[in-house]
Amino acid sequence: MREIQASTITETVKDLFLSANYYIGSDICNGLKCALEKETSLIGQSVLEQIIENNVIAADDKVPICQDTGMAVIFVEVGQDVHIVGNFEDAMNEGVRQAYLEGYMRKSVVEDPLFNRVNTKDNTPAIIHTKIIPGDKISILVMPKGFGSENMSAVRMLKPSQGVEGVMDFVLETVKIAGPNPCPPIVVGIGIGGTLEKACLLAKKATARNIDIHNTAPEYAELESKLLTKINKLGIGPGGMGGNTTALAVNIECYPTHIAGLPVAVNICCHAARHASAVL
Amino acid sequence: MQEIKLSIPAEDENTLRSLRAGDKVLLSGVVYTARDAAHKRLINALDRRDELPVNLKNQFIYYVGPAPAKPGRECGSAGPTTSGRVDDYTPKLLDLGLKGMIGKGFRNKAVVESMKKNGAVYFAAVGGAAALIARSIKKAEVVCYDDLGTEAIHKFTIENFPAIVAIDSMGNNLYESEPPKYVVND
Repeated sequence: MREIQASTITETVKDLFLSANYYIGSDICNGLKCALEKETSLIGQSVLEQIIENNVIAADDKVPICQDTGMAVIFVEVGQDVHIVGNFEDAMNEGVRQAYLEGYMRKSVVEDPLFNRVNTKDNTPAIIHTKIIPGDKISILVMPKGFGSENMSAVRMLKPSQGVEGVMDFVLETVKIAGPNPCPPIVVGIGIGGTLEKACLLAKKATARNIDIHNTAPEYAELESKLLTKINKLGIGPGGMGGNTTALAVNIECYPTHIAGLPVAVNICCHAARHASAVL
Repeated sequence: MQEIKLSIPAEDENTLRSLRAGDKVLLSGVVYTARDAAHKRLINALDRRDELPVNLKNQFIYYVGPAPAKPGRECGSAGPTTSGRVDDYTPKLLDLGLKGMIGKGFRNKAVVESMKKNGAVYFAAVGGAAALIARSIKKAEVVCYDDLGTEAIHKFTIENFPAIVAIDSMGNNLYESEPPKYVVND
């Protein structure tokens, strides 16, 4: 059995959150440049130019791309042949704490959502999703999630009879209602199937898929392209001030579901679509 | 696009009234920051008829919760947050003489009506352009509500802060007028 120290997990989580908050992914970088070439709105062009320049400044100065450095979401896959020496979840929260305290990142978490909205001052606790997989490695995917876009996300339990049309209508409706609020051009993560919470998890994870990679199933890949085209015809544009770049990508993940259901979750991500991953 | 250089707070009310939705501006001067929590406190203070810790007459509010500043810097990354979350509070502040707001996203009808009544302007900054915007913040100091951390009211001295007039004092609204021009019907 392979041993991995909790302190190694802490260091990795810390590095990943720093990197996700300071450096834009190359896929997003290219996506923004392509969008600028195609954008016809002058205001839209100017918004895209500022976003592209901002990403360069953040990387050069090693400062956060966005002041909302997000709530810390972690997807972790633990090989069943790994023995973790120390407390696993504490190790990850410690990584978050160190990244946010030492990396000049904003602490945006409150202790209680309703009655006691007092800042925890170190951006913990993280939202941790753990999966046990075969093997002796640990894969860690971190996603600092800003709430400008999180607030515009939605989930709906459709009837199976509503089918592809129903899914498309719900996605377009969600993006339309979101308008300028989630900082377009957005990345749209969609989870289809499973149960209520499974659809949401799929949607969340879909936002972390590189935007130049399509779903491996041809019919879902086609639906991604179709939805992207339709979203970009809504006119919302960069910053929501009009234009033909509303989304950079639509990423769909799916899962088997119940005979009576068609859960659909739409998780909207801003134009930074921040994430970083590592394998231990 | 032509950029209009604007000093804030504006000395002449007509300067603000002459701005039109879609104008690109570079703002220089002083703004106060406030997000949800600070707004709630301001309104609670008003309801209690307490004196506000900051006089908002003719002033601008920037909806932002900045990231901490690195050593040697005045301000950390500081892009706009979603303005709509403070819509319920805004008309009361406009009635106090607030003249400008900088944020991102939709405003509700009550805010736009109050802006028309009070001759105020709503500017949009680019959401997510936080590191770029931080470069235009030359000085940052906490004015009050220090315990709120990032949500405390800060006074920013800004220079050439890039923004676009999203809703002007006549109620012309870029978020309503521009997107339909780019809608493509199949």
